[in-house]
Amino acid sequence: MTDMKRRTFIRATAGAVALGTLGIPGLVLGASRRVVVVGGGVGGCTAAKYLRKLDPSLAVTLIESKPAYTSCFMSNEVLSGDRTLQSLTFGYDGLRRHGVEVVQGTAVGIDPEKKQVQTAAGDTFGYDACVVSPGVGFKWDAIEGYDEKVANALVPHAWYAGPQTQLLRRQIESMPEGGHVIIAAPPNPFKCPPGPYERASQIAMYCKHHKPRAKVTILDAKDAFSKQGLYMEGWRKLYGYGTEDSMIQWISAAAGGAIEELDPSTRTLVGLVEDFQGDVVNIIPPQKAGAIAFAADLVDGDWCPVDKRTFESSRHKGIYVLGDASSAAAMPKSAYAANSQAKVAAAAIVARFQGKEPDDPTFVNTCYSIVGEAFGISVAAVYGFDSHTNTITPIPGSGGVSPANASPEIRKREVSYAHSWFKNVINDMME
Amino acid sequence: MEKMKNNDTLHKSARHVLLVMLAVLPAAVSAGPSGQAMAFTCAGCHGTDGSSVGPSMPAIAGMDPEVFVDAMKAYRQDERNSSIMNRIAKAYTDEQLKEMGWFFASQRLQLFPQQYDATLAARGAELHEEYCEKCHENGGRPGDAGTLAGQWMPYLHYTMEDFLDGNRKWPRKMKRKVDAAIEEAGDDAIPALVNFYGSQR
Repeated sequence: MTDMKRRTFIRATAGAVALGTLGIPGLVLGASRRVVVVGGGVGGCTAAKYLRKLDPSLAVTLIESKPAYTSCFMSNEVLSGDRTLQSLTFGYDGLRRHGVEVVQGTAVGIDPEKKQVQTAAGDTFGYDACVVSPGVGFKWDAIEGYDEKVANALVPHAWYAGPQTQLLRRQIESMPEGGHVIIAAPPNPFKCPPGPYERASQIAMYCKHHKPRAKVTILDAKDAFSKQGLYMEGWRKLYGYGTEDSMIQWISAAAGGAIEELDPSTRTLVGLVEDFQGDVVNIIPPQKAGAIAFAADLVDGDWCPVDKRTFESSRHKGIYVLGDASSAAAMPKSAYAANSQAKVAAAAIVARFQGKEPDDPTFVNTCYSIVGEAFGISVAAVYGFDSHTNTITPIPGSGGVSPANASPEIRKREVSYAHSWFKNVINDMME
Repeated sequence: MEKMKNNDTLHKSARHVLLVMLAVLPAAVSAGPSGQAMAFTCAGCHGTDGSSVGPSMPAIAGMDPEVFVDAMKAYRQDERNSSIMNRIAKAYTDEQLKEMGWFFASQRLQLFPQQYDATLAARGAELHEEYCEKCHENGGRPGDAGTLAGQWMPYLHYTMEDFLDGNRKWPRKMKRKVDAAIEEAGDDAIPALVNFYGSQR
């Protein structure tokens, strides 16, 4: 039904009776509709910005525990020394300029009946719609001997950018020439599927110049990984992959790469087949939805089921779960995916406030990885929505990864695209 | 010549009216995502509403809708050198491209200052006037041809590289004009033009 027809229809049938739930909220209700957004990452920030962009009458509050956002994407460049952590850190003033109220606090519970979010400080925030975008949490019981304390002090995960990224960088810098870096990559699904392999590449890029006899070993809980063919092409060209002297080794699960235990004192990883000892060890633990998703009863298993048309939780009406924490199956847990999902959810929330049916959604993912100085690769996908099966499906014939054996010029351009991508994603989510 | 141009303009205006009509009707005409919803998915690489802040990705806000659709079709058919746009363009129908084109055409282009070489830019201004202004009117501001004024310089460099390396089809008459500019200014011609456009606000 078009806007015009809808309005005529309402006037003719419902008269003034239905006005309480329709029309422009600020005018009809005398108070603006409230949306509370939990989580100040890509999903939460983008949702907050686009809610205000699509309907400036909305009162949007974003609750985030940190005073500033630090992006995990591009943080592998901190490990190679190509950028500082500061260059990945952004305050929330951009969102404030869009009229978003940004509250520093930690959401600890959501009451879907009373429509309230509770924070650790004991404050409650009432909402008409709630957006939850908490990112991932870690399964700390998955690898024996590895816990949060060990991660902070000795064996960082660095899968959220911050002090652990800097710790890992310092460890790499201070390891002896000829040292051994081990990265333990997690099973699917996890945040940033190409990330562990870009990390290995960036560390190798640093070592090539500063510690040319160093080795980087990826111990994988999987037998295949994102952009695998392109990574291996880059590794062959840049780091001797496939030769005796290769700087990078990849050990698949089938070859004994899955890790069961860590001995932190010797930095030894215990695998099914053999043990691995490193000078620097980075464990990226298996993942699940962030804590608030569990506290608010939004999960089914590890992740949050949602209606793919709107990203509204299948478990509680009025709560929309975005980004890494949601189970969007076909879409990777990536920054671009969260950014894309957030706009779909924001449009759906605004449509419903106006008494309309949300449009069919459309999603995009693009993701760049920097394998070496002039060697960038990418993956892209455009997704449609199948209402019969509630699934997000890639549009046939579109998407895919960079071509194999592309010209050096294209590989070099993709590095510059990666950096421009970063600027535009940050801009679109919070500036 | 003048008369032909007027006809073109009239023809284009009529097209724009059609595009506006399509843009307000989609919900009634077809299911599927709106032009706005599709255009929103581009922002992660091309900036909010198409005003890019990343120097390798072109700004596409305020772009002529026909130029947008032609560019996307060229990507879709693998006729334009690209690393990623060819993979993305294949997802959209002609109708969807028109809707996205109209969305971007109606956005205000926001430009960001870039560092440029003033001497080269001055030389580029002369070259532009002589060889480019006829098609890229008003110093290359959004019009019947792609946006050049204020466009990101690294992107413009890539584009010219592609033309000169034979990786992108020349629009009618363009090769002759660029060859003439290079004949006149030598190796400085392309950097001068790029710096001129980059200097524009």
